[in-house]
Amino acid sequence: MSATLEGPTTTDEFIKGLWKENPVFVQVLGMCPTLAVTNSAINALAMGLATMVVLVMSNAVISLLRKFIPKQVRIASYILIIASFVTAVEYVIQAVSLDLHKALGAFISLIVVNCVILGRAEAFASKNDLVKSLADGAGMGLGFTFALFLLGAVREVLGSGSLFGVAVLPASFQPWVIMILPSGGFFTLGSWLLFFNYLSKRKARKAALATAEVAS
Amino acid sequence: MVSVAKTLQLRTSPHVTSGASVDLIMRHVVWALVPTALFGVYAFGLTAAVTLSAALASCLLAEWLLCKWSEQPSTLSDWSVAVTGLLYGLTLPPGLPVWMTMLGGFIAVGLGKHLFGGLGYNPFNPALVGRAVMQAAFPVGMTTWHAAFGSGRFSSVPSSLFTFPFAAPEYTDALTSATPLAAWKFEHNLAAASDLVMGFTTGSTGETSAVLILLGGAYLAARKMMNWRIPLSIFVTVAVLTFALHLASPEAYPTAPFMLLSGGLMLGAVFMATDMVASPMTTLGVVIYGALIGVLTVTIRLWGGMPEGVMYAILLANAVAPHIDRLVRPTVYGTSGRKA
Repeated sequence: MSATLEGPTTTDEFIKGLWKENPVFVQVLGMCPTLAVTNSAINALAMGLATMVVLVMSNAVISLLRKFIPKQVRIASYILIIASFVTAVEYVIQAVSLDLHKALGAFISLIVVNCVILGRAEAFASKNDLVKSLADGAGMGLGFTFALFLLGAVREVLGSGSLFGVAVLPASFQPWVIMILPSGGFFTLGSWLLFFNYLSKRKARKAALATAEVAS
Repeated sequence: MVSVAKTLQLRTSPHVTSGASVDLIMRHVVWALVPTALFGVYAFGLTAAVTLSAALASCLLAEWLLCKWSEQPSTLSDWSVAVTGLLYGLTLPPGLPVWMTMLGGFIAVGLGKHLFGGLGYNPFNPALVGRAVMQAAFPVGMTTWHAAFGSGRFSSVPSSLFTFPFAAPEYTDALTSATPLAAWKFEHNLAAASDLVMGFTTGSTGETSAVLILLGGAYLAARKMMNWRIPLSIFVTVAVLTFALHLASPEAYPTAPFMLLSGGLMLGAVFMATDMVASPMTTLGVVIYGALIGVLTVTIRLWGGMPEGVMYAILLANAVAPHIDRLVRPTVYGTSGRKA
């Protein structure tokens, strides 16, 4: 039981972002890109990956510099570090696919103010070593990408009858226009939150039942 | 008056009731809607009957399922969901595919009512929530209107009605027609006021006949089952605003009778805006609420992109209804001034 005495391991830090502390479904952070750019699966995936890259890199740099950044100016320093990586990522996206860059628009630049990234910098990277910060950033980034993809996939399938631009439903399908509109983002996010809360509640109920049986 | 039993009883107030219950009032609302619904079936034929039945059936089914899943006592038998279903059906264009009607019914009851806690907790009128989602999801289906009083309306239905679930409907242009509001907005044709009063125009199943809607409203108002101040406030606001605008520029703005009688204003003002849960509780509050609906309706109709705006006006006013109540809260006797 030495692991519990030493606190969470690097693997734990990675795993927690995927499910238990998922940035979108559990922490409900970073709602602006979550609602704004998930009208198709490819947009959602690109936004998720871009955020993940920035998150991992900024976590690493902030973790390395955590002993040199004065407490009073830490937020400004974090934002400066995050903004540098966002600028780099924006140029990469522009070079790889101009269409994607146009589709995501201002929301790439807005990764700078994504509260998931600043939240991890403040709550984790500024207090932990490089390896753990990398694991935390990768886990949270993957969890964020996963959540965005779930939203984007549902909205694209129902809103345009396709997934990644490939038609998956018969041509006679009537698209639900609302799903591509901003209101569809709220409805989809709400439905996913409902589903995940239902799952976790059911799990808690089962665990309570199991302990009750053991006790009796 | 409920008679009190002879034995000593301990209970909290109210001790004297008028005998009104959700059950009783909702049943009377259904009766008040029956003439409008029957006229809709008469005007649009079998299509309207199918649409109304599908709307009613989907709302009842959703209510039953959601009460069961949320482990609440069933509110199926208190007629409130029947009102929702009937109202929702009356706002739909006849000829809307049955699968869309039913999907909207589930959304109306699920999203509009049960997600907020069921009967008595809905911040918006559930029927309008269903219609608003349908309008945003299927804009073409929701704005394709079949002409009223078609020759074969009791022997055949448009093919779009029974479209395969989730498939796009196909419309034949010969059967469709523009509503009076759309005709005014896009073609500058002003329908005759007499046609609008009687309901000889195209539109949603239940919105065409002004006189029957007012009759139903008058019945409810006479039985004190509806707050007549709400529709009156809406009508006065719309009439005054349109009259002034028409006076200022007769060619740019329609006449007041046209604005009052066309589209869903009558149905919305009498039966939707008066939703007991979603409207304000104070007398001054409902007057402000009605005026707000009137102003929003005129604004959306005359300067918005869409020909009709009653639905959005009512939903927006529903959203601010609690704030209106807060604003006009009466002073508590013995205290000085209001405390927020």
